[in-house]
Amino acid sequence: MSAEDTPKDYSESPINLEYFYTAGSATTRFLNQVKEGNIVGQGCPKCKAVYVPPRGSCPRCGVATDIEVPLTDKGCIESFTVVHIPIPGNPIVPPYVCAMIRLDGANISFLHLIQDIDIEKIRIGMRIRAVWKPQEEWTHSLENIKWFAPIDEPDVDVATLRFQES
Amino acid sequence: MKRVAIVGYAQHPILKNAGALNEVELIMPVVHQLFNDLGISQKDIDFTCSGSCDYLQGAAFAFVEGLSAIQTNPPIKESHVEMDAAWAMYESMLKIQMGDAETALIYGFGKSSPGDLDAIISLQMDPYYISPLWPDRVSLAALQARVLLNQNIITQEQMLATVMEARTNSKNNKNALITDLIDESDYLNNPMVSSPLNKLDCPPISDGSSAMIIASEEKAYEFTDHPIWIEGIDHRIESSNLGSRNLATSNTLQASMKQLNLKNIKFDVAELHTQFSHEVPFLKFLLNLQDVPTNLSGGPLVGNVMMCAGLDAVGKTYESLKDNQLTHGLAHATSGPCLQHNMLVHLEAKK
Repeated sequence: MSAEDTPKDYSESPINLEYFYTAGSATTRFLNQVKEGNIVGQGCPKCKAVYVPPRGSCPRCGVATDIEVPLTDKGCIESFTVVHIPIPGNPIVPPYVCAMIRLDGANISFLHLIQDIDIEKIRIGMRIRAVWKPQEEWTHSLENIKWFAPIDEPDVDVATLRFQES
Repeated sequence: MKRVAIVGYAQHPILKNAGALNEVELIMPVVHQLFNDLGISQKDIDFTCSGSCDYLQGAAFAFVEGLSAIQTNPPIKESHVEMDAAWAMYESMLKIQMGDAETALIYGFGKSSPGDLDAIISLQMDPYYISPLWPDRVSLAALQARVLLNQNIITQEQMLATVMEARTNSKNNKNALITDLIDESDYLNNPMVSSPLNKLDCPPISDGSSAMIIASEEKAYEFTDHPIWIEGIDHRIESSNLGSRNLATSNTLQASMKQLNLKNIKFDVAELHTQFSHEVPFLKFLLNLQDVPTNLSGGPLVGNVMMCAGLDAVGKTYESLKDNQLTHGLAHATSGPCLQHNMLVHLEAKK
């Protein structure tokens, strides 16, 4: 069989596209506050649900979340998982814990790390608080929070956190 | 066929660069405007269908986030086409024909400003032989323009007239992006982008969104006293292999015209999804529109929101019929290189 007759199983055609990504005006407001060390959620004018981080709309009602709702950096663990697999480029050494963090007063949770505690002691409902980077390192990112660490407060029953439509 | 009418249409002002506004923030105002104009809410909508392209946003399943712009609780029946929203309208039309819905909300959105549109559009080509060459959209259009000029189907003078007319007509379109007038010397002194197309022959990079509501005969009059009826709708596609197409004609458009029985209809107005100047005289010739006022909105040359411009052609035809008490309108939407995939929509106002 000559080289021309050899069947070709694949061909390579690399694709690289570059974008100038914009977060949206609502998320921009949020990130500007994060830069200052503040966590400001956004509330739905109709159903009153509070979103953090906000994306600018309440998907439940289809309206803009134009109410700014300042929150603290305290909350509880809504769910968590222990990561055992190393991810290339990730400086954190496994095993470590990723958790869905529900801040007090918020109706959705977001993903962040849990540290400063033995992994086997982590549980759903546990009270936690943000551990911030030094102020001079703050940027427009939730990475300003290094991780969340437990605080000495009674656990929360996460079933009670379920959104109740008013 | 169940009779279906367009009962409302709204369009975001076309922007050169929507900047910090994300897609949800572009969609929400037009959907709300449409609902407010008709005095309805999402609860009055049986089926929702959107048209968008994830490659424009550079994120997989980006259209799902677009849904945050509308009320999805209680849960809604929803679908999406990775196409111009004119095809979302087509799917909605089918949904109504099947008896699954009486009313449908259609929206399209697109931001061309964040990425490299030429590179993005070249990815719609055949992935083995053509996409790896990264042919840009203007060069592909120029291939067809050259064929049409060489075969004397259109003339350079018609292209110039199209560009000037689009800008004159932009005054009819409050959402147009390009509104400044040009004269012949502006056109002739503009450098070629891809011969025979210069910058003025090409549409502007545009950001925006549009929304439309269609309804069956039973529901249409609940929404408006002036529904505009979709008398016919047909879409056909040609080969993805450019080399096997005859770019000097469009067999599929001719088949659609026959299917819709357009030969003896005297159209009062037409809006064509013609992104490049040479496509206007070409389609007017193919569709027998020589004496029909065409692209009174200025068309895509004065604002070309990707994934919306086809729906906008339908929407602008609807507005022309409704606002000027006209009877017959023809709208055209397209997709793919060199008018590969075409849809014709025959709209009629009931007297």
